[in-house]
Amino acid sequence: MQIVIGAALTALFLGAALLSFVWTPYDVAVLDIAHKLAPPGADYWLGSDHFGRDTLSMLMVGARTSIAVAVLAVGIGMALGVPLGLAAAARRGSWLDEVIMRGNDLIFAFPSLVIAILITAVFGPSATNAILAIGIFNVPVFARVARGGALSLWTLDFVLAARVAGKGAARISAEHILPNIANLLIVQGTIQFSLGILAEAGLSYVGLGAQPPTPSWGRMLADAQTMIYTAPRLAILPGVAIILMVLGLNLMGDGLRDLLDPRVRRARG
Amino acid sequence: MARYLLTRLLSLGLSLVAASLVIFAVIEVIPGDPASYMLGLNATPEAVAALRDELGLDGSLLSRYLGWVAGMVQGDFGQSYTYRVPVAELIGDRVVVSLPLALLALALSTAIAFPVGIVAAARRGRAADYAVMGATQLGIAVPNFWFAMLLVLVFAVRLHWFSAGGFPGWEAGVLAGLKALTLPAVALALPQASILARVMRSSLIETLGQDYIRTARAKGLSRRLATRRHALRNAMIPVLTIIGLQFSFLLAGAIIIENVFFLPGLGRLIFQAITQRDLVVVESVVMLLVFAVIVVNFAVDLAYAAVDPRLRRGGRR
Repeated sequence: MQIVIGAALTALFLGAALLSFVWTPYDVAVLDIAHKLAPPGADYWLGSDHFGRDTLSMLMVGARTSIAVAVLAVGIGMALGVPLGLAAAARRGSWLDEVIMRGNDLIFAFPSLVIAILITAVFGPSATNAILAIGIFNVPVFARVARGGALSLWTLDFVLAARVAGKGAARISAEHILPNIANLLIVQGTIQFSLGILAEAGLSYVGLGAQPPTPSWGRMLADAQTMIYTAPRLAILPGVAIILMVLGLNLMGDGLRDLLDPRVRRARG
Repeated sequence: MARYLLTRLLSLGLSLVAASLVIFAVIEVIPGDPASYMLGLNATPEAVAALRDELGLDGSLLSRYLGWVAGMVQGDFGQSYTYRVPVAELIGDRVVVSLPLALLALALSTAIAFPVGIVAAARRGRAADYAVMGATQLGIAVPNFWFAMLLVLVFAVRLHWFSAGGFPGWEAGVLAGLKALTLPAVALALPQASILARVMRSSLIETLGQDYIRTARAKGLSRRLATRRHALRNAMIPVLTIIGLQFSFLLAGAIIIENVFFLPGLGRLIFQAITQRDLVVVESVVMLLVFAVIVVNFAVDLAYAAVDPRLRRGGRR
């Protein structure tokens, strides 16, 4: 049940983000002061902001920004973290394993937001730097999940068979280990995706994410804050969008875990 | 125990050194030269040279790094370029806002999460459990700065119970100070309490399924007594981990929340320093926050050892 709700919410936002490439009710780049702060109605379904921009259109394009940042950050985490985790597991107990895992611990010990702020402060605020800042902290997460999953697989017979057949550690990791930990990685990916949405919203709220005029949910909230007395609606809607998107991803992640991990299924039953 | 303490202390030291190297390196790789970065495009070459001299940029990388670290160890964080006062002084002024805020939020989050998590575990699979799981699922999805705005809307704008932001200073009295920190602390605590309650619940459920709980129940202990005497203590280990990690989130979260409420804390300081390109302040405040987080996690590790004697004998988690 939760996986259905989660997938539906996620699909809704993905669909809105994709649709925004070809169509939005209004052009978000056009300021229409004559129609500023219009209440929700037939013309503006969710109303308009202080520049007369349509809130629904802004939310659709904002979804695109949030999703793009979060997906790319997860991509960075997976692309770097998974090979590291697989290598650490393949050489279990070696200096390589030790170096990778201690490096992981170190990144974990950093308050991620503080470092993200440091990175964007130094290299300038932009969506790219937000992606990098969030992505770096996904690396140890995926490395740990990949290593943990791979360690238990290395003791199994089919891996032994592959070794007997003369395959090297790298080939075994790619051909036999990776497909078997894909489930774990997908579940973790969903969770990091939702954390990425929250992190992007936080960074763009403080002005360190995507820069205007690119709409982003966090930016919309920051703009709305000054008008919280006159138009609280503007502050509420982007927040609801963030919550529904994150909720959808979390429900989907939990559902996928139940579906894919027989251990959890048994424990819950 | 001495051996355990020694290895933990060693890794604490290594983490701190590594962290300081990372931060130093990030500031070092700034495109161009830090002095011209700080002064902007219109700076005269003389001004840049003077600032280079003030920052000691003409020394070697190693001597600058060592100088920075040695200074911090002695409590000297350098001189703020924009405020023209020692950074240590700025930090001292701001930390009295940020630290109480983070601690208040942590206390609030724990005070909410413990009973909620325990009730959910005790009533597993019943209405109370589903209500808790649903509410916490929602709580995790709420961005804290948005929740903060909502609180301002309801309790400051509509009800006028609290002011919408600002901090009167502790001179105005402890109560006035705490009142100003209440809404920010609630905003920070809610998502953290949701996570903590879920961890408490699942950890307690797992512990309650153990054989020794069945033994205790077979001896005639009531469910409540078995939970209190045997299960809670054992369920605390994962909970402690999360509390340790949460302190890091709370400190970082405080940076954003302080901006919602215009609180003169370390978070505002960092952002002001970033806009004013005051790298000395940025570098030192970031290092201080990382230091706090690493030390707290170290303390959590020691707390484990106190809770779980097995860990003292060098067993690795």
